[in-house]
Amino acid sequence: MRQPLRRPRLPRTALPYLLLVPALLLELLIHLVPMVVGVVMSFRQLTQFFIRDWSTAPWRGLGNYRTAVDFSAPVGRSLLNSFWTTCQFTVLSVGLSWLLGMAAAIYLQENFRGRGLLRTIFLIPYALPVYAAVITWSFMFQHDTGLINHVLHDQLHLTSGKPFWLIGDNSFTALVTVSVWKTWPFAFLTLMAGLQNIPRELYEAASMDGAGAWQQVRRITLPSLRPVNQVLVLVLFLWTFNDFNTPYVLFGRSAPQAADLISIHIYQSSFVTWNFGTGSAMSVLLLLFLLLVTGAYLLVTSRRRSADA
Amino acid sequence: MPDSFRRRRPASPTAPSASFRWSRRIFLTLLSLFTLTPVFVMISSSLKPLQDVQGPFRWIPTTITLRPYLDIWSTVPLWHYFVNSVIVSVSATAASVVIAILAAYAVSRYRFPGRRLFTVTVLSTQMFPGILFLLPLFLLFVNIGNSTGIALLGSRGGLILTYLTFSLPFAIWMLVGYFDSIPRDLDEAAAVDGCGPVRTLLRILLPAAVPGIIAVSVYAFMTAWGEVLFASVMTDDTTRTLAVGLQGYATQTDVYWNQVMAASLVVSVPVVVGFLLLQRYLVAGLTAGAVK
Repeated sequence: MRQPLRRPRLPRTALPYLLLVPALLLELLIHLVPMVVGVVMSFRQLTQFFIRDWSTAPWRGLGNYRTAVDFSAPVGRSLLNSFWTTCQFTVLSVGLSWLLGMAAAIYLQENFRGRGLLRTIFLIPYALPVYAAVITWSFMFQHDTGLINHVLHDQLHLTSGKPFWLIGDNSFTALVTVSVWKTWPFAFLTLMAGLQNIPRELYEAASMDGAGAWQQVRRITLPSLRPVNQVLVLVLFLWTFNDFNTPYVLFGRSAPQAADLISIHIYQSSFVTWNFGTGSAMSVLLLLFLLLVTGAYLLVTSRRRSADA
Repeated sequence: MPDSFRRRRPASPTAPSASFRWSRRIFLTLLSLFTLTPVFVMISSSLKPLQDVQGPFRWIPTTITLRPYLDIWSTVPLWHYFVNSVIVSVSATAASVVIAILAAYAVSRYRFPGRRLFTVTVLSTQMFPGILFLLPLFLLFVNIGNSTGIALLGSRGGLILTYLTFSLPFAIWMLVGYFDSIPRDLDEAAAVDGCGPVRTLLRILLPAAVPGIIAVSVYAFMTAWGEVLFASVMTDDTTRTLAVGLQGYATQTDVYWNQVMAASLVVSVPVVVGFLLLQRYLVAGLTAGAVK
């Protein structure tokens, strides 16, 4: 008699751990150890004299944090300014990127001529290397030779003079524009993937009940995408809030005050003054803020999801 | 005829109304203009003679010249940066994919204590700002260099190590999804045939996960090719990558915008073409992830 085929059980050995060792080691070396070191650094007076051997830097207790959040002194005031700028920038950029991505995904949901071509075009900003794309934008925003002023002033006569875009208050507008241009294709890509999972029958049933296109978007598309949106908005928020590349390439090493994003601000207060202690304290504060927002966001969105169910 | 009884599949979920079609037309046209304007500027300006980009902007070049494409190589050592970028990005991609395959195999096929902790830890490193570990990592590399003589700062090796961890979490996450979708019966059949875990991975899982591996490679390469922050701090003159090197044109007293645009186009072409050719794998990978 044949024995029933015994399902060979996967061995419980050291093998899985062995397979994880390279990934684990690298994550430890590049992310986790530096993070711990960063927290330690934030309690030390780590100026340029101690860079070569930072363990000799004297302890400063909470001094670096006190410097960072002393909003009556220049350091704290500029940090606060940078923080608010980053908040406004993030809300605007994420909001607009999401709106554009959502609208484009819905409009491209059903087949029509030219749909494939448009999809490819829309993914170009995502595929371009950040620095190549942002350098092009900085050329377009040039005062005398740029396309933006040419169109606004010379062709449409909308402005009385040619405005400056890369210095002064307008730099905020320029930054948001470039950021949205760069970010919305990712929202589009993700939402497009999410839309593919909505069963066709839902729309067919709705249209038989007499629901128009707009009603279908509101009643079917948006609710079905809620799980995708929960992750997407969080990811967009984290990326945008921490964005360094866009302002760095657009403005160079010194960002104008109106566009002084937090990453650039910390970078400058660390590498221009070589005061790593204060820079680390600012980074730790930034991390705490991000953890707080992420935690609150997940709590609120998950509760709403389970309340709906 | 049985065919006539079959319910006709509508061309679209609903017949869109005229207002919907018009709003779609207008919106998509405007969005295409917004998306393509920088691309147009890049291409047209790269074909302009210098006096065209030094005066007021013009949409069409007065004369078309390929000069900028010849000059870019001598104004800054672009070829040198190009080679550095290729070495760093290819090495980081290869290493990241191999390491991710090993880790994803363990997570997908074994149940072991600490499995969940591992995935959560690795994924959460993705959310932290680069600036947070830039400073400590910089110091760590300085100190490793001082105490062991292994120069990570200013070397390609340090940059490769850093970049591969940037794509690692996403790569592991996506490959776990792919491996999970491959039936375990196949593994077990292979085990009955006497294949060990390594042969099972090589013979069964890898061939079935090729689309996922392509998607992960595209992502890893793009991440490494486009990174600016760490490249600006961790490279020196000999190891400078394109991300930093391209700014060499802009720090001159005269900015050769036609050359900047030509160089931007040259460094973009490999990634954009690669991405557009392989985009369906990336979209499929994202979909597989989004379903979970």
